[in-house]
Order: sequence, then C-alpha cells, then structure tokens
Amino acid sequence: MANAAFQNEELKTFRHGVHPSENKERTSSRAIERIPFVKEYVMPLSQHIGAPSVPIVSVGQEVLKGERIADPGGFVSTTLHSPVTGRVTSLGPRLHANGKMMPAVTIEADPYASQRTQPQERPDPAKLDNRAFAKQLQDAGLVGLGGAAFPSHVKVQVPEGKKIEYVVINGVECEPYLTCDDRLMVERPEAVLRGTQLLLNNTGAKKAFIGIESNKPEAVESLRALAPKEIEIVPLEVKYPQGAEKMLIKALLGKEVPSGGLPLDLDVLTNNVGTTAAIADWFDRGIPLIERVVTVTGAGIPHPRNLLVPLGTPVSALIDYCGGLRRETKQLIMGGPMMGMTQKSLEVPVMKGTSGLLALTRVFQADTREYPCIKCGRCLEACPMYLNPTRLAQLSRMKVVDKLMDYNLMDCFECASCSYTCPSNIPLVQWIRIGKTMAREAQNKK
Amino acid sequence: MKNSRTNDLVLSTSPFLHTDASTPRIMGDVLLATVPLILAAVWIFGIGVLLVISAAVAGAVGTEWIFNRAAKQSPLLDNSALLTGVLLGLILPPGFPLWMALLGGAVGIGLGKLIWGGLGQNVFNPALVGRAFLQASFPTAITTWNAPAEGLMQISPRLFSTPLLQAPADATTAATPLGLAKFSGEMTAVFKVIIGNIGGSIGETSGILIILGVVWLIARRACDWRLPVGTVAAVAVFSSAIWLITGKENANPLFMIFSGGLLFGAVFMCTDPVTTPTTSKGAWIFGAGVGFLVVLIRLYGGLPEGVMYAILLMNAVTPYINRYTQPKQFGGATK
Repeated sequence: MANAAFQNEELKTFRHGVHPSENKERTSSRAIERIPFVKEYVMPLSQHIGAPSVPIVSVGQEVLKGERIADPGGFVSTTLHSPVTGRVTSLGPRLHANGKMMPAVTIEADPYASQRTQPQERPDPAKLDNRAFAKQLQDAGLVGLGGAAFPSHVKVQVPEGKKIEYVVINGVECEPYLTCDDRLMVERPEAVLRGTQLLLNNTGAKKAFIGIESNKPEAVESLRALAPKEIEIVPLEVKYPQGAEKMLIKALLGKEVPSGGLPLDLDVLTNNVGTTAAIADWFDRGIPLIERVVTVTGAGIPHPRNLLVPLGTPVSALIDYCGGLRRETKQLIMGGPMMGMTQKSLEVPVMKGTSGLLALTRVFQADTREYPCIKCGRCLEACPMYLNPTRLAQLSRMKVVDKLMDYNLMDCFECASCSYTCPSNIPLVQWIRIGKTMAREAQNKK
Repeated sequence: MKNSRTNDLVLSTSPFLHTDASTPRIMGDVLLATVPLILAAVWIFGIGVLLVISAAVAGAVGTEWIFNRAAKQSPLLDNSALLTGVLLGLILPPGFPLWMALLGGAVGIGLGKLIWGGLGQNVFNPALVGRAFLQASFPTAITTWNAPAEGLMQISPRLFSTPLLQAPADATTAATPLGLAKFSGEMTAVFKVIIGNIGGSIGETSGILIILGVVWLIARRACDWRLPVGTVAAVAVFSSAIWLITGKENANPLFMIFSGGLLFGAVFMCTDPVTTPTTSKGAWIFGAGVGFLVVLIRLYGGLPEGVMYAILLMNAVTPYINRYTQPKQFGGATK
C-alpha cells in the first residue's frame, strides 16, 4: 500500500515472499478495549515453546491476580501467574488450542474481589547484569507474543564470548487480519520504546531498529514522535512473511542468518513489540505477563475488535463480546490466516501466543480443486528461504526421506507462502510438514 | 454463549488464504493471448484457418477425453488440452489437410502428454510433439505454404483432402521468408515480416501481435518473463555475432527474430511451465540454449527453420537444468 507519509522513503524488504490481501481495515482503527471478567480461567502449563511449567499451587488455594502459580520446568520454560483473583479449582487436563487435553491450572474468579493487579517485587533494571536481567524476564513469564511463544529470557541471555550489536524490534505484523501489534504501537508507544531502551541498556547494543510495515502509518508516526536517536523506526514494504525474524533482519540489515543458525550469529537480538512493551510493564509497573491484546476479526464476527484479554479467558467470551459467531462461519482460527490453527471448540483458552481469533466464512481448500503441478515455479519465487517447495512436497509424497535433506527440508519454517501461491492449489506446506515428521522419525530410528 | 454452532466448524491446517491465480486461469490467459493471432490469421489467410485450428483442438481434446473417461476429475477442466490443440493449430500451414491436423492433435496429447502421466509429467511440449510427428509423417504437406488469401472467405481445397488420396493442388502457394532466404538467397523486407502479411504458419506471421501477447502474459504473471526474453535475446546475440563475423552475409539479426516461428515459439512454447525449468537461473539457460540452437539450425542445418527442434532439444535437457540450478538456501553462504 503506497502511503503519503513515506512517499520519499525507500521501503526496505527481504527477497521473495507473497502479498495476500491485508484485510486489516476491520480493526486497524479500533482502540484496544478491555474485556469484562468471566467466571473461570484456564492456564495451560504448556503455552510456550519448551518444557511445561510446574504448578506451585494446590486445589482450593486462594490466589491474587498477578501471583505466581507455576514455576519454569527447565531453562527453556517460563513462569505462569494468575490472571485473576480467585480460587484454584483444578490442576487436571483441559482442552488446549492444539486439540488435546493438556494439564492446566483452572482458577475460578472471585466475584467480590477488586481484581486490581498486585504489583510484584522486582529489582531496578539498571543494576542488573545480563544474566540477572534474563532471569527477571523468566520470572515475569515473558515469551514471544508474536505467536511462537518462545521464552524471552533464553533469547536475551548473551552467551559467553558473544555480543549484541543491534536490537531488532518486530512491529511488522505481516499476518493478514491481525492488528493487535499495530494498536499497541499506536496506543502505547512509550511502553514499546521503554522496553527497547531496557534491552539496549542491558545488552550494550549500540542501536535498535523497530521494523513496521508501511500499512501502519499511525504506528510509525506515534513511535517516531517519541523515539530517541539510538532507536530507529523503519517503515518496510508490505510483504508476507516479513515478521519472521530472519526475514526482518534481512530487510533491516541486509544480512542473512546462517542456515540452522540464530540471529545471535549476526550479533542481533530480536523481540516482538508486544513482548517489548511487556518488559517495560514488568520493570516499571511490576506486572507480569497475565494479559495480552487479541484481535477478534473476520467475516464471521459481527463487531470485530482489538481486545485486552486476561490469559486463560475462553475464546467464547471474546466472541460473545464481539457479537457472537455469524451463522455462515465455516472456520475459527487461533492466530493469523497464514500460520494459525483451526479450532473446533469455543472452550479453548487465550494463551500467551494468541494474537488473533479469526472467523472465516469460506474454506478455500474445500472450495478449490487441486490440479497437477505444472512446474510454474511460483512456489520457488515465493519461498523466503529460497527452497524448492514443489520438489520437497513431491519427495514427501513419494516418501523419499533421505533425499528431503538434500533440498534443505529443515530450513523451512512453514510460513505457507508456497501453499498460498500455488495455482494448482497443492497443499505444499502440508506435505512439507509431513516430510519433516518422517525425517524426524527416521532420525530417531538411527 | 449467544451462538455456538461449533459442530459446523471445519478443521484444517494453515494457510487459510489462497491466491486468486489458478492453473485453469493461467491456461485461459494463454488462450486469450492467442485470440488476436487467430483473428489476424483469418484476415491474412481466410476463414479456412479456423477449420485447421478446430481440427487440431478436436484431436487434442478428444484424445484427452477418451483416455480419461474413468478419471474422477476430468482433466479437461484445466484447459490444458484445449491450449495444446490451439497452439498446434497455430503452428500448422494455413492450407493443412484437416485430417492430418486432427491426427497431430491426437498424437501431441497421446505421445506428448498422456503416456508420461498427464499434465505436469511430460518432458516435451505436447504441441511440438504433434508438430514433429506431422513433420516426419507429412513432410510435403507441412511445408506447403499458402500465399496470403485473396479474400476472407477463401478456403483452400487442400483442407479437405482425405488419407491415402492425392491432395488437390492449390492455386496459390508461396515460400516463407526463411525458405526464400535459405534456398534462393532472397531476403524479405523486415517490415513485412513484422506486420505478418507473408507466407508462414497460421499464427506465426505477425510479430507485433505476438509481442502484444507476451506483454499480456507477463502482465498477468501467466509466464516466467525470463523465458521469452532470454530466448529472443539469445537469438539476437548469436545471430549478430555470426552476422558480423561472416561480413553480414547471412540474414540480419532483426530478420532472424521476426521471421519464421521464433517469436511464436519464444512466447507460446518456451513459456510452457511444464517443459521448461522451474528455477530462474534455469530459465535463462533454457532461453540461451534455444536461441543458440535456432541460429545454428537456421544457418548451418538442412532446414530453413529450427525453432521446433531447438525447443524440443532444450525440453529434453530441462530436468538436468533444474537439477543443477537449484537455489542456494537462505543463509546458505556462511554455512
């Protein structure tokens, strides 16, 4: 989308990628609203990448909003806090967004409590070394809020002999429909900048970039108005999947993270804007990660909105608040339309990685016929990792597992650009996922 | 909950969005690009050309239909057999006997596509396979060129010749500009070959309309632009080199580009996604190969025209081009 504000700026971007229709206009100018409290909150112990958290509360125990309820189950794991003041009613399995029954802490809200957040004890960030700072992020339960939910303290911790030169803050929000990061940047620019500053100070990086796609001019303007000179706000060309950290680094710095490597290999630390604001909230206000912004949208939602939602809230509450599901709704997706997951039940809770709730009235896979591959090469031109998706899918379909590795199967991060762009409607990324599973099984057998 | 008919919710895996582009639409875009050529051919050679094209289409589509009657999903819906028929019709002489055109369409689909496993599996361009078969079987008929027609309604009696019988003689035949250049050393003005009012295959004569077609195809993203551009550029480079080295004795580069089937082949045959490389580097190699072979065959081979064989030869090596031009993965350099 061309925008008057950046007419004279050259918009940076990465190579390849696709341009799905943005569909953000439903919610992009709707201010974030806080959703009313509900009766019951479900906090799955696995709502991040890594080991599940370990509950430290017992059934019947009274908990305060913001109080710690589960400890990390390992280094790559994080803390959980109660999103509400109330009473623990169960530690048994509950329905998870992945479709399985998973262990969770269930809390019944106390209808007579004030529901004011109790600020938690935390040290002055200026006095913390890198390791202690990282530990604080784990204590605050912080994970990547862009969707992957990778524990933030693992990323922030700089290993011995490594350094951070650039902090890259991800305000790209390239998934169509979603506007939660956009609204956060527009409404709370000072929190985003404060979090960025804390990361700069602690890691000793010399510069920070906040990358934002040019379809969010208001976010760019609001951050630019307050940003100090060491934090540069960079508008980017609108292109999916620019929000993937490797693509964002390529767009901003022109460098490619080595295959199988991490941003750290380029002396870069990346963080989502939501996570960055949450860092500020922890150190400045003592509020751990107990709520997040969720975009509720799609043609199946009568009143699309951006909602501030306590974690553990059932999606039914969000949908009711937005007018219920329209009759013609065919699919309900948690996350964005390119990488999200379909849901069957409205009981599943909002988790740390839940960026959106999308009700679609059309199932394109069912509406569109699959044709043979005509080798047009569009998937190769879409793949941001420069892979050959049609070949990978073909090898996966033929179960030629050892050959898959020759075509760099594991470099695929399943952005689904190939499936999106395939004119023959071949489920390329789905075949590649199957190929990955087969490759892992073959690896385990060895 | 106000409204929770969750039983109707469909479960599937991401992505949940899809581009508007589709394989039948790509084929349809190519078909649309041939419409001006067909109209021009009617104008130049008379309405008989429509019969030739229809015969080739009937052969191609009929064969596809017969051999796929049992298929759950009819492959006719992807428009590809229709396209093969139209493209074959456009590279036949305007007075080509209809039964031969029908046979060419059938062979093109049968030997060029079906025995390989259908759409997407074939190595050679089906329309060119049909043309090559006809060239081998009916060498005289396929090199008998009608002169541009006297009137729109003129239909060559040769169209209705029957198998095993002597074809009726045609009133007016003419050599193609390439034939004249090769066998009589006679050059046709470049202006004439650009406009297309000359002897030649049905759809090949008007360079201007073919260029219009490729602009449309590129704008619609119905083809990889590198293929036609690379092919024509390669002909320009190689024929210029030889033209300069031999002291401007051969046909000049502009004539080489606009005469015969080169533009048509570059735009409608080299852009067939199935039989050309999928990688962008491979596309350049393919174009360069076709251009080189065309110049070689035209100037030093026994035939006046070499586009068909040049493309078929490059089709044959396309799997190897693909194998050796696989892209290096993101971040692969520092691995």
